[in-house]
Amino acid sequence: MARHLASWGRYPYAPQELHPCAWRDELPPLLQRLAAKGTLPYGNGRSYGDSCLAASGELLQTRQLDRLLAADWEQGLVRAEAGVTLAELLAVAIPRGWFLPVTPGTKFVTLGGALANDVHGKNHHVRGTFGRHVRRFALLRSDQAAPLECSTAENPELFRASIGGLGLTGVIAWVELQLMPIASSRIDSVTVRFDSLGEFFSLSEEFDKTHEYTVAWIDCLARGHSAGRGVFSVGNHAREGALEVDGRPRLSVPLTPPVTLMNKLSLNLFNNAYFHLHKPGRHAAQGSYDPFFYPLDSILHWNRIYGRKGFQQYQCVIPEAAAESAMADILASIAASGSGSFLAVMKRCGDVPSPGLMSFPMPGVSLALDFPQHQRLESGLFGRLDQIVRAAGGRLYPAKDAHMSGDDFRAFYPAWQQVEALRDPALLSLFWKRVTQA
Amino acid sequence: MKNILIVGASSAIATACARQWASERARFFLVARNEEKLGQVADDLRARGASEVQTYALDMNDLQAHEAMLASAVASLGSLDISLIAHGTLPDQAACQQDVELALREFSSNGLSVIALLTRLANRLEQQRSGSITVISSVAGDRGRPSNYLYGTAKAAVTTFCEGLRARLFKVGVHVLTIKPGFVDTPMTQGLPLPKALVATPERVAGDIVRAVEKKKDSIYTPAFWAGIMLIIKSIPRPIFNRINL
Repeated sequence: MARHLASWGRYPYAPQELHPCAWRDELPPLLQRLAAKGTLPYGNGRSYGDSCLAASGELLQTRQLDRLLAADWEQGLVRAEAGVTLAELLAVAIPRGWFLPVTPGTKFVTLGGALANDVHGKNHHVRGTFGRHVRRFALLRSDQAAPLECSTAENPELFRASIGGLGLTGVIAWVELQLMPIASSRIDSVTVRFDSLGEFFSLSEEFDKTHEYTVAWIDCLARGHSAGRGVFSVGNHAREGALEVDGRPRLSVPLTPPVTLMNKLSLNLFNNAYFHLHKPGRHAAQGSYDPFFYPLDSILHWNRIYGRKGFQQYQCVIPEAAAESAMADILASIAASGSGSFLAVMKRCGDVPSPGLMSFPMPGVSLALDFPQHQRLESGLFGRLDQIVRAAGGRLYPAKDAHMSGDDFRAFYPAWQQVEALRDPALLSLFWKRVTQA
Repeated sequence: MKNILIVGASSAIATACARQWASERARFFLVARNEEKLGQVADDLRARGASEVQTYALDMNDLQAHEAMLASAVASLGSLDISLIAHGTLPDQAACQQDVELALREFSSNGLSVIALLTRLANRLEQQRSGSITVISSVAGDRGRPSNYLYGTAKAAVTTFCEGLRARLFKVGVHVLTIKPGFVDTPMTQGLPLPKALVATPERVAGDIVRAVEKKKDSIYTPAFWAGIMLIIKSIPRPIFNRINL
């Protein structure tokens, strides 16, 4: 059935047809049927750009593969189908005292998507990426009759190529994940308002040693003496308290406005208000895990605020040595452009290695922010930012990307050829076609 | 600990109900046609906390085999606290109009097999003098509409049957609940051009069902707004109804 389907950023637009699969035993025949035209596994559509869109326009949707296969709640080891979302896993894990060892900023991604993009979260400096906690997974390829089990011991090349492999090495049928024990589902947090980029670096230095989770909101419009100001927020799982699944009611953006609601005026207003909402000094609080990790999940379809043209997220990571000066340059370029969004996030990444070949994080600092889509975005601001990232030895994040050049991609991810060699010939995304074949 | 029989256990609505009961450590006896899929559902429920899960592969159109299945369910669970009857198909109305055999087969899957099963199950529960039977009927049974009146006829038969059964079993303390779901986003409705705003998730429908079982409701629409929609559809005067294609 054809559906108007876009990625999370609603850009680029490329019509896609969804072919859902609800049962593991129906996966092999469906993949065989789609193989002739080519396809791509698709989970819950939270990738921003074109990495979740099939070059053929025919997607194999795994979201309905939402069963657990087995769970050892003594050891926190769960084997679940690829379409299970992090929210669904948390709902069964939290009451038993377990939590995701790594979670990105939305709980609406599937396990398959989390693996294929090797996602990371606010505790990257402690626990690395999602792929580090995957014990094994089953990979179905169009050139094999039965799914292959992959781990560091079995099919290790496919294991490494599939973690961060953008869903190109096969369709992930199930994932076995080692969860992390928690005593409480509540988070002890501290927020600190800071006035400059330099302060971000010293706060990060200090809090990364004592806190599992650290992240900063940056006021991307601030210039001159207040450039790089923001709010630093850190947290640890509370040592005692309830183990409760947070099922708070959600708001929704009911329709897509014709133009973006995120403009210079609204952004200025937002950013000033948010910055000044936080009093100077350090403020400790305790709250549920949900608003701490997933503030945006409480507004369904928030991507609609950018209007029909959609938006692009720019997420880069800059290696430690060059981080402070490159980030200053990047923030200055963004502030000068007057564009950007309220959602600007800066985070120190650690040196915990990923088993994946094409993992995004590196020791250094990552910055992510959204821009309403417009014609001059890529040639203008993104061009200048790419130059800074390139010169500083950093890289961009494929899961968020709709613009990076093939030259840049191949330089950022030299292991791409190993992934290409192991790619399932039936699977191809618009992203992969753009950065490796164009 | 609840003892739960589910017939049509691989359906999306049944699975979503079972997951809620599994988190309360229920014991299950699951019946469905496909053994492979039953196994996948059983593993899921075990991992989610079910105390025990037995499976039984059976095509419900094999009416003579119902008795052996029920005997096996009772032997395995002891008492039947909750029975959820959720098996069924979504017939292709146009095809059923051209093919009598097909029409009768679909009527059997959605109507006769349910009536046959309920007859046997009711007698067992009448002896047990406790328990609750929940039957998935449909809003389609409220009025015959040109787009799916074969399905609607079968569901109307089930709804009426349940109404009589409810009044009979009420006297011995057995609860009968009729569920009338509207459009639900399941593999069964995949590919149908349904109005998006009216399509509910199986999880939402399951939440309504589990609550209705607890509160011993007689009959519910799920989501609840379907009561209003069906009231309107039922009140359309026949001269107009005949001229539109609902």
